[in-house]
Amino acid sequence: MIEWDTIAAIATPRGEGGVGIVRVSGSLAVPIACQIFRSSRHVSAAELPSHTLNYGHVIRSSSGEVIDEVMLGIMRAPKSYTAEDVVEFNCHGGIVPLRGVLELTLKAGARLAAPGEFTKRAFLNGRLDLAQAEAVVDLIRSKTDLSRQIAIDQLSGKLSQTINALNDRLANLLAEVEASIDFPEEELDFMDLRAMRQTAQDILDDLDRLIASASDGKLLREGVNIAILGRPNVGKSSLLNTLLQEDRAIVTEIPGTTRDTIEAPLNLGGIPLQLIDTAGIHQTTDIVEQQGVERSKAYLDSADLLLIMFDSSRSLTDEDRELLHAAKIRKSVLILNKIDLPIVTTPTDLHTDAPQKPVVQISLLDSRGIEELKSAVHQELLDGDAIWGDSPIVTNVRHHDALCRGRLALGHAIESFTQQMPPDLVAVDLHSSLDCLGEIVGKTTTEDILGRIFSQFCVGK
Amino acid sequence: MNTYHKQYDVLVVGAGHAGCEAALAAARMGCETLIVTINLDTIAKMSCNPAIGGLAKGHLVKEIDALGGEMAKNIDKTGIQFRQLNTKKGPAVRSSRAQADKYAYQSEMKRVLERQPHLDIKQLLVDELLTENGKCIGILGHTQTAYLAKTVILTTGTFLKGLVHLGDVSYSAGRAGESSAEKLSDSFLSLGFEIGRLKTGTPPRVNAHTVNFDVMEIQPGDQQPRPFSFSTEQITQPQLPCHLTYTNEKTHQIIRDNLHRSAMYSGRITGIGPRYCPSIEDKVVRFADKDRHQVFVEPEGRDTDEIYLNGISASLPEDVQVDMVHSIKGLENAEIMRFAYAVEYDFAPATQLYPTLETKRVEHLYFAGQLNGTTGYEEAAAQGLMAGINAALKVRAEEPLILDRSQAYIGVLIDDLVTKDIREPYRMFTSRAEYRLELREDNADLRLTEMGRQINLIEAETYERFQIKRKLVEEEINRLEHTRLKPSLDTQTLLKSAGISEIGQPTSLAELLKRPEIHYGQIKQLASNSQPLPEVVEEQVEIQIKYEGYIDRQTTQIRQFKKMEHFRIPIDFDYTSVRSLKTEACEQLAKIRPISVGQASRIPGVSPADISILMVWVEQYKRQMQSQV
Repeated sequence: MIEWDTIAAIATPRGEGGVGIVRVSGSLAVPIACQIFRSSRHVSAAELPSHTLNYGHVIRSSSGEVIDEVMLGIMRAPKSYTAEDVVEFNCHGGIVPLRGVLELTLKAGARLAAPGEFTKRAFLNGRLDLAQAEAVVDLIRSKTDLSRQIAIDQLSGKLSQTINALNDRLANLLAEVEASIDFPEEELDFMDLRAMRQTAQDILDDLDRLIASASDGKLLREGVNIAILGRPNVGKSSLLNTLLQEDRAIVTEIPGTTRDTIEAPLNLGGIPLQLIDTAGIHQTTDIVEQQGVERSKAYLDSADLLLIMFDSSRSLTDEDRELLHAAKIRKSVLILNKIDLPIVTTPTDLHTDAPQKPVVQISLLDSRGIEELKSAVHQELLDGDAIWGDSPIVTNVRHHDALCRGRLALGHAIESFTQQMPPDLVAVDLHSSLDCLGEIVGKTTTEDILGRIFSQFCVGK
Repeated sequence: MNTYHKQYDVLVVGAGHAGCEAALAAARMGCETLIVTINLDTIAKMSCNPAIGGLAKGHLVKEIDALGGEMAKNIDKTGIQFRQLNTKKGPAVRSSRAQADKYAYQSEMKRVLERQPHLDIKQLLVDELLTENGKCIGILGHTQTAYLAKTVILTTGTFLKGLVHLGDVSYSAGRAGESSAEKLSDSFLSLGFEIGRLKTGTPPRVNAHTVNFDVMEIQPGDQQPRPFSFSTEQITQPQLPCHLTYTNEKTHQIIRDNLHRSAMYSGRITGIGPRYCPSIEDKVVRFADKDRHQVFVEPEGRDTDEIYLNGISASLPEDVQVDMVHSIKGLENAEIMRFAYAVEYDFAPATQLYPTLETKRVEHLYFAGQLNGTTGYEEAAAQGLMAGINAALKVRAEEPLILDRSQAYIGVLIDDLVTKDIREPYRMFTSRAEYRLELREDNADLRLTEMGRQINLIEAETYERFQIKRKLVEEEINRLEHTRLKPSLDTQTLLKSAGISEIGQPTSLAELLKRPEIHYGQIKQLASNSQPLPEVVEEQVEIQIKYEGYIDRQTTQIRQFKKMEHFRIPIDFDYTSVRSLKTEACEQLAKIRPISVGQASRIPGVSPADISILMVWVEQYKRQMQSQV
């Protein structure tokens, strides 16, 4: 049996289940548990017997902060799913604790598992029989395709541009270092050490900003922000409920029932969304309601996609026209609700104010037009690059993890520049850093680096 | 057709740098070996620059030496100027280079071949490969004599349909003035091999008596020349200087005015040339903002006055070459003895080979050297050596010797060649090696001598000396790790006298040496070894201790890497039966037929998910095979 490295992943489906599991497999599984798990009985994870569930807390050791209250399952090799040492953290179901625990396992030395990797190991380690090979392979393929699709969706637009640009700058810096190593005799105009260090520092600063934007809370919400906007009682909460297929928001006949924003995660055709039901936008004297309206208006600017609802049984008001005006410059889908009633306002009316924007006619009463709406949303998200709003955000642990490791390695490189370490040593860290970004935007090969050298410098005796 | 009376174990076609190493290795491993060449006077000829080594190439030469090859020994005997490059950079990228006496290099190598037991040498042009049941059984000479052998190694260089270009003149030749092999590549095609076309170039040579060296910068060799070979104790021969001059705006104008007459720029040449060794036309066009380019003025030998003008390879017509050379400082009156030219030649993409360099299509047939799309004497020699070793091992029915990317530049070279499609002549760079810190010139012996010994290519006496060196290094590292200094007054005074800042707590000598500003010489001052150590040992100790942190990190990566390399794929594994692989991956895998999952993962177009899936199928296949047994 080959001894592989230690891997970790969230083993339960995405979403808000009651319990979620972070699974770790490999020789470091138990040491990692020792590092981050504090048992209620003050017993080290190393001393816990195999095949037991143990109550305790996952703690960030640096700060002592409690990440979650968990049940820790320990299964020692070979009697585990993968035939390796396995620990499982049974956490509370929300994405916040799961992600927190997962990130701690990665910091403690695990690697994020590739799609289907636990099952692959189970097979390679002889835990699954031959007949299951096909199933294992199908699982890897389908999981990979799905996660790639999600990654591509998430990476479309600004975020990918930002990471690509960082990757490009880093590759150029590495080319500079490599050229100085491989072509010592040519008269090449290399950057001096100070300039190289500064370039690395600039890249690091941008990387920091990117990671910070990923950590400031947006990361904790899954996916793209979609705000549902419209006048009071146009059917925003009903739409939210229909999309979620559950009674999330309170729906009444009284306009202005939703006084504050309500958020709910939703997965639409593989794209994770954060659906935001907003208070109706209108003039009001109720102070609580006023705040809700203010917040709704803020979403006009910050959401990645706007769903703007209109009442097709009534004619357009000034407030409606204000929203249409906003729709013109933002990514949006226009919705005409209540087509079960006699139609007063048509798509053509909307297009007078906001030409070319997609319009979907629906009735939430008899669920007409919902599929059309979903496909229009999907289309808008995949098409074009504006879905990330103003700041590129990172929503995927894999990306976040890769960026953090890339940052760490680049930090080492800067330190080596400062200490005037030889270039071949600096290059080691630059390579690692570039490899980390490469996990997101595609690997930079030796040929790429050589290509940069040959196009940038006149080399060759 | 008649058949030669003797039959051989290994037959080597071509006696360039690859052919010589292949033949010597096979013969030294006890195989009855024949080496054939078009012209016996051009054995080990340095067709282009008169130098061995350089960045990453020096590494190759030292590795060849550690495995029992000849190149290092030969250049030590015939070098006329030795230099260490990159001495101010890290230990991993320091490289050795020597200017060679081209003619001495040739005759010395020829003498070594002539005196090698089990090795026959013959002048002959090969027309055809002889095969039987898909296996190579020998060759057919131009004069219709067949030579039979258990294995055949082809090292044909640029001679396959070689086409020399000089301005608007082109003629068939392997090198200027030497006939090419026209029929052999047709024989390849009929056997089903894929053939591609590459080009390379060489600069003009001038007569030293017509060069004004006084106005050029002088480039002397190192004060203390260091040998390439572990077996060479010292370089004793006197060294010659090289010189440096520059092109200028006038030179560039001449070239620009005549670009339409350059073979390369007029579209006469279809082969792809190397970007890292551009012609002067290329330099002037692509880097138009540079107001000068270097021209290294290098002697071709002690007994010749021919001078090699390194840096201005060209395919311009002769009259333009004359004007171009005369426009350069110090070369105003230079008389060109040989004109620059470009040469186009056939190569066989090495993805048709296993990492042993045996062809997949025809068993018992090996390809090495420039034929595989590489450039450089060192790259050729490295492949020749490995082909020779593996052909000999095949004859002896033993396991092949395959070096991986963490063991040697030779491993990087061959893995790249057999795994990736090469689009331009392949040259080694240190940046191609992902485990560069481990693959140093200084530890080539420590990495490979043991292997060279196992296949009997390292002589007992050399091996013994190697073991002594290794032991001295280990002992000294041990001593430095276990000698601790306490922060007493005496110690601080001692430290100060050695130019080292104070210590706050007990510190081992090894820990002190790890400080960036401290070198081994200072440590010796603090507490010297009871016996004086050879310089190479001191250097090795210093590198291993100083860079331990980095080297350890790389060692961890290498451990991961090895797991994938050791996950072998059976040679008869059928990729068409594999479900769920992406079509492109499946096609590439079926074409390359990698020997390990590690190699598979380096094939362009194969994704990590494909690798996961492949591992599952290979495991399944292996278990099925086991259960059948």
